[in-house]
Amino acid sequence: MKRITAWRRRPWAGYAVVLAALAAIGVVYAGFSPQTERAEAKSSAQAAQDLKNGQELFNKNCASCHGLNAEGTKDAKGKPLAPSLIGVGAASVDFQVSTGRMPAMNPGAQVPRKEPIPAFDTSIKTDYEDPKEREHAEKQKAQAEKNLRDLRAYVQSLGLGPEVPPASAVDPEGGDVALGGKLFRTNCAQCHNFTGQGGALTGGKYAPPLSGDDVTPTQMYEAMLTGPQAMPVFNDTTLTPKEKQAIIAYLVQTREEPNPGGNGLGRIGPVSEGLAGWLIGIGLLVLAAMWITAKKPKKLKKS
Amino acid sequence: MSDTTAPKAIEGTLGFIDERLGSTTFFRRNVKKVFPDHWSFMLGEIALYSFVILLLTGTFLTLWFNPSMKEVVYDGSYTKLQGVKMSEAYASTLRISFDVRGGLLMRQIHHWAAILFMASILAHMLRVFFTGAYRKPRELNWIIGINMFMLGMLEGLFGYSLPDDLLSGTGLRITQGVLESIPLVGAYGYMFLFGGEFPGQDIIPRLYMLHILLIPGLILGLVTAHMMIMWHQKHTAMPVKNQTEKKVYGYPFYPVFMAKTGAYFLFVFGVVALLGAFAQINPIWLFGPYDPGAISSGSQPDWYMGPLEGALRIMPNWEISAWGHTVSFNVLIPAAVPLGIIFGGAMAWPFIEAWVTGDKRQHHVNTRPRNAPVRTATGMAAVTFYGLLWLAGANDVLAERFHVSLFATTWFFRVTVILGPILAFIVTKRICLGLQRKDADVIGHGVESGVIMMSPDGRFSERHEAPREEEKIVLLSKENARPEAPARDARGIPAPGAKGPIGHLRSRLNRAWTFDDVPVEEHGHGEHEAIESGSDSEQVKR
Repeated sequence: MKRITAWRRRPWAGYAVVLAALAAIGVVYAGFSPQTERAEAKSSAQAAQDLKNGQELFNKNCASCHGLNAEGTKDAKGKPLAPSLIGVGAASVDFQVSTGRMPAMNPGAQVPRKEPIPAFDTSIKTDYEDPKEREHAEKQKAQAEKNLRDLRAYVQSLGLGPEVPPASAVDPEGGDVALGGKLFRTNCAQCHNFTGQGGALTGGKYAPPLSGDDVTPTQMYEAMLTGPQAMPVFNDTTLTPKEKQAIIAYLVQTREEPNPGGNGLGRIGPVSEGLAGWLIGIGLLVLAAMWITAKKPKKLKKS
Repeated sequence: MSDTTAPKAIEGTLGFIDERLGSTTFFRRNVKKVFPDHWSFMLGEIALYSFVILLLTGTFLTLWFNPSMKEVVYDGSYTKLQGVKMSEAYASTLRISFDVRGGLLMRQIHHWAAILFMASILAHMLRVFFTGAYRKPRELNWIIGINMFMLGMLEGLFGYSLPDDLLSGTGLRITQGVLESIPLVGAYGYMFLFGGEFPGQDIIPRLYMLHILLIPGLILGLVTAHMMIMWHQKHTAMPVKNQTEKKVYGYPFYPVFMAKTGAYFLFVFGVVALLGAFAQINPIWLFGPYDPGAISSGSQPDWYMGPLEGALRIMPNWEISAWGHTVSFNVLIPAAVPLGIIFGGAMAWPFIEAWVTGDKRQHHVNTRPRNAPVRTATGMAAVTFYGLLWLAGANDVLAERFHVSLFATTWFFRVTVILGPILAFIVTKRICLGLQRKDADVIGHGVESGVIMMSPDGRFSERHEAPREEEKIVLLSKENARPEAPARDARGIPAPGAKGPIGHLRSRLNRAWTFDDVPVEEHGHGEHEAIESGSDSEQVKR
């Protein structure tokens, strides 16, 4: 006890007490919230692992064309085969992979939309009756979502580019439909048709239809942001995020709107109308004419 | 039929009219007018009845349509266009579609009736052409019909331009370009029609006046003339039993034909109403209001303008500039030449044919298409030409739906629009001659009966039977080509018609018309037997 009392008088004692108190607070704090510390440590480890997973997926699915370092490849004549992915950003990866365009099956005028490969297929159905089957599907879906996230993060880590838009920015309910319609007709309809039914472009390229439910609002936003394939880029100065959301609102609300006039005939305008007029209209009337002229009045039959 | 009197119901009415107008003899004679029966004779009636429907529904639409280019801000029940600036014409069309009771149905019936009106005129015209029903004395009605089709094209163009939507505005822009491409007076003509720079404020009210007053009036006048001439000249008939050039065989107007044509009106109305109720047409709310700065892919006109659109799409970009003036062949040629060839050629055809064949007689019985191979082949060449241009008008839709390159379709149509008609001519002519040969075979040989006979020396042959009488009449309706009068008579004096380069041309064309004709005729009894018993059939091979 004497010794403690003696130490108490030493010049460094005050410092030691402050230090001890700080340490104690620190220990107590750590004791009360142990998770955070550990999670942070774990999360950085996890992030590295995710990035590794992203890189593995990249090497497996993308590197054969885009190169092991995503530097792009050229053929013998120096013509680019696949572009460099450094700096394209997460939005571009998300668009290309979630629409199934990448990994591409075969190079052509344009890479078509298709079912995403199983590793990235986030649109698989999970509403199975059988709980086991459902669980399996859900797990598969979660894995696909994680894969896509990891791949995005990996490509984003190679060079910064546009990020995937948050859900609030693409919500079709939040956009101004009337403005969206105007912007769509001015900027988009010349390729995608009045209501996004799609249209042909030069050299075998085409503007894909946007009228199917499989084209998600996020994909529309990403397409405007990154300008995939033949599409021009509509960056945030050309079309502000609010305007992009308006266009999404127009497209989604118009495709969900029923046709008040009956069958929409594909909503492609006079071509299908003319076809229907000739085939159904004239067709039915010719049948009617044949039926009417085949009828012979009984009284006059003998003449 | 003249021995029967009209039924009481008619007699009473006629008596009423007669006592006041003194026209019973006219009616008495005409209610019993005989009409031949064939389904293809009803095609023209579709046009007549859709025209009636067009007048009725059009009147309904005028009650709410406001042909004004005044800019308004939309505030109606179609929420997706709320707050958008548009012309009153567009806003009132939206109002008809969404706020007027039955308005959308009327609009759709009106538009479908217009589609059927034009389609049935074309179908009717093809029937008339391929059966040779346009021949003397019916050339005038043929020309009236073509003029009605052309007026119908204008009427349709003006009509679908009225709502001032983005799709039809694009069509008006092309109309402006076509007007402007006319050398010398183009710019003046366009300023005159639009009342200033495109689009201006005047075009919609002006088109409205033309659409609801002038052109329907002209069409109505031509319809009346068409019907009266037809009534006066009597309908042509198919070559059937009892039908001759001198006598029409068929049913009297009252009561049979009247019932049939009345029922057919209801059919036409029914089909148009069905389409109007169940098939959406011209959804202008999806197209949006016209804005000169906007355009959409898949901007096609209604079908009857399709060949013009197609010609414009495949035309190479030819343009010359001389003395400070530009002549835009890239617009002028597609606008004037293809349909000029089709309609000009069609109008001149009855006279060309009469001149080439030297046939100045009256014809009331139709020809079977196979029995006039050059006419049928020319018709098919025109159909191919028109059809390819028509398809070319939809080339971006074709490219998109069938996944082919847009440029490939352009080049495909550029080549086939020239080669296709030639090929169609050759193929059709061969098919016609083949069918003629088959007819000659049936008349000369008889029909295969399926009965195998064995002769005493053990040879097998199939028995051929004479065709049924009705069939025979149809087959023998063919008028075999008569040998052309020699260009020079026995004394070496040239025939008056064969003199000079024109005369030479005529006799050459005449030879081309007839040289490969296959005669279809009954042979003497002896020959018939010989053929039946299975010996050579040289008669047929000739």
